[in-house]
Amino acid sequence: MTNDGPGFFTSRLSDGIAWARKWSLFPYPFVTACCGMEYMSVASAHYDLDRFGAAWPRFSPRQADMLLVVGTISQKMAPILRRVYDQMCEPKWVVAFGVCTCTGGFYDNYATVQGIDRVIPVHCYIPGCPPRPETVLDALMKLQARIQKEHHGLRGMVGLPIPPPGEAT
Amino acid sequence: MADTTLNTAPPPWTLETTSEPGSRQHSMLLNIGPSHPAMHGVIRIITELDGENVLKAEIEIGYLHRGFEKDCEVVGWGQAFPYTDRLNYVSPLINNVCFAMGVEKLLDIHPTERCDYIRVIMSEVSRITDHLTCVAAGAMELGAMTAFIYLMKAREYLYGLVEEVTGARLTVSYLRVGGVKSDLPEGWLERLKEALPKVMDCVDEVDKLLTRNRIFFDRMKDVGVISAEDAWSLGFTGPVLRSTGMARDLRKDEPYLVYDQFDFDVPVGSVGDNYDRYLVRVEEMRQSVRILDQAMARIPGGPVQVDLTGRPLTGAEMVDVAKMGMTADLLLRQVRPDPTLEGADKAAIRNLNAPDRRAVLPPKEDTYGNIEGLMNHFMLIMEGEGIKPPPGEIYIANEAPNGELGFYMVSDGTGRAYRVHCRPPCYYLMQGMNRMIVGGMVADIVPTFGMINMIAGELDR
Amino acid sequence: MGNPMPENPVLNRLRAQLGEAVVETHAHRGDVTVVVHPDRYHEAMRLLHDDPESDYDFMTDITCVDRLKLKLQPRFEVVVHLYSSRHNARIRVKTRPLSDTDPRVDSIVDIYPGANWPEREAYDMFGIRFNGHPDLRRILMYEEFVGHPLRKDYPVNKRQPRIPMRDIPDDRPGMMFV
Repeated sequence: MTNDGPGFFTSRLSDGIAWARKWSLFPYPFVTACCGMEYMSVASAHYDLDRFGAAWPRFSPRQADMLLVVGTISQKMAPILRRVYDQMCEPKWVVAFGVCTCTGGFYDNYATVQGIDRVIPVHCYIPGCPPRPETVLDALMKLQARIQKEHHGLRGMVGLPIPPPGEAT
Repeated sequence: MADTTLNTAPPPWTLETTSEPGSRQHSMLLNIGPSHPAMHGVIRIITELDGENVLKAEIEIGYLHRGFEKDCEVVGWGQAFPYTDRLNYVSPLINNVCFAMGVEKLLDIHPTERCDYIRVIMSEVSRITDHLTCVAAGAMELGAMTAFIYLMKAREYLYGLVEEVTGARLTVSYLRVGGVKSDLPEGWLERLKEALPKVMDCVDEVDKLLTRNRIFFDRMKDVGVISAEDAWSLGFTGPVLRSTGMARDLRKDEPYLVYDQFDFDVPVGSVGDNYDRYLVRVEEMRQSVRILDQAMARIPGGPVQVDLTGRPLTGAEMVDVAKMGMTADLLLRQVRPDPTLEGADKAAIRNLNAPDRRAVLPPKEDTYGNIEGLMNHFMLIMEGEGIKPPPGEIYIANEAPNGELGFYMVSDGTGRAYRVHCRPPCYYLMQGMNRMIVGGMVADIVPTFGMINMIAGELDR
Repeated sequence: MGNPMPENPVLNRLRAQLGEAVVETHAHRGDVTVVVHPDRYHEAMRLLHDDPESDYDFMTDITCVDRLKLKLQPRFEVVVHLYSSRHNARIRVKTRPLSDTDPRVDSIVDIYPGANWPEREAYDMFGIRFNGHPDLRRILMYEEFVGHPLRKDYPVNKRQPRIPMRDIPDDRPGMMFV
């Protein structure tokens, strides 16, 4: 093949893998603070994350593919977050849940990390203090749309390096 | 040449060897947390185990320290309310109430009786949400997912009601120094009356599911026992203290707001184990409903909606009237404000807030309508101004769902706090948790921790 | 600050025992407060705990105030709140460590076991050293942290990251905002 773009077969395959991946996101809820209350609401029956295939929390980073960082990350917590992220297998996506994880929120002081993107890469930012459950569902749908657009190959399955998230598209 | 000496040193995870017959050779270190589902994400417990028995436990906290006390020194007194929301984020209204009462004590002002009733009502609604969350999370950690889902459903009813009053589900910032942000919306009390039976139905259902459930009973009964003397000397308060049999409740012992006018019981346990704590929490929800029923029946009348001078004006009309020079009785006129200000109009503010210009924002009609109101607003809002309590120091305590929530405040007479210290009830509970888990099984850490109801926001501040 | 001190048997008892070591008393907004000399602080707490007339059996809270910006000497003030279940009364006891550079007071963990963590917090946040404390370590901050964040001369947003922070370019490709 001479053109740069992916071939017909590769893109069909990518679409298929993306479809499978986006409907079976296993979240790792890294819950620290107030937003956890809203995470509980989102996850339980009233708002129901299960409709999007993303309800079953895996509390082992090795089995999860969506890191939901819920709540303020302090300087004391930052190395642990980094470690959990490093332990997750590719492909992985990070969602910053709540304004503290996006920018530090109104905690501009000695103790707080000013946004988790200072520690790990982030794919989706949900502002709000805490965000309403509807916002979270919206974010999840946007993340799914993004996963659909990303290129998913078989490279990961034969042990070839995968480009870091954000550059994979 | 390779070194062939065998390494006989114990592996790094062993601490000491015990020589008692029948016991295991080595104790093992097990690290639980901080990112662990049962540790609510922010507690690290380093345990030393002999088989499954806990020999020693070291609790490390501080993973959610976000500088609440330092932040309070940077912002004004009134601006600190959002920070207090996020202390105990399961019952933020009670933190709000306590902080507001503290600043009012510094200023020596008192809001109206209706306002006190509103504060009591909102506090008790918060108490129910807190206990619901505690029981739900505690049950879920033992595998009782059904109870969790049922109780979350119950909590949604209350969150909906809280949102109607405050505009937010969780982080409410509803209280103001000298009053509340706005009056209760129309028909809200009726809706609360309708919602409470629904909430209590869920609680009753969970009561049936859990209380006599063999698995739940076995995991909770006689687990995490602490004696009344130990609990008292370690600074325990709230349901955990009451589970040991001490009937200490600030609402009874040092009544604040209008709690002395209500008839309610303080449930106490007898053994001081997790099961008692669970029962105390469930019973406290019922008592809160009793208080709410009485408060709803007795709350003094709402704002008088009748205008003395005739038809209420809208804000725009009032400006037009003023521009035409008809300012003679403008101060007395009642204005129908923008719908976004519902509950915060002049009549409501006068009816709820302390009549004190040093602390209470003027109603929006006055801010936009006359120079006194504008200046008053300016003085309270602008940088470097604000609420300025006279120099002094106070301590104020409230009965929060976890125990005594206290604020120690020092004012130096400027618009900012010189020092605010929060006495979080969980802090003392977590300090004593060591005694509850050592000697037990490692699996018992989970229900004990769940029934302590550690809230990281107020624990680490 | 301060309203005239009403007649209080507990304070009279303290004065009788400690004499000059009772530095100051006041009851601002009804909160009975007594300031004692740091050398006699432990003795005063022991008296308040044991004496049946006071019987303050519950330690509510320990904290500290940095009085740097109030321009008062000595700089630090350790504040203890006590509660008596028998008399349903509260009292605030304060003591001012003599040295500003190495503030030290006696620990009261032997009287009130619940004082353990609060004293660690006061050490962590203000650098007050409690003599005789069984385990004086940082509690809320991490061990690598330099300084004491609640001191008035610690800047509010001086951060000390434990791991290197990433640089974030202004233009972040692939970022989504909801």
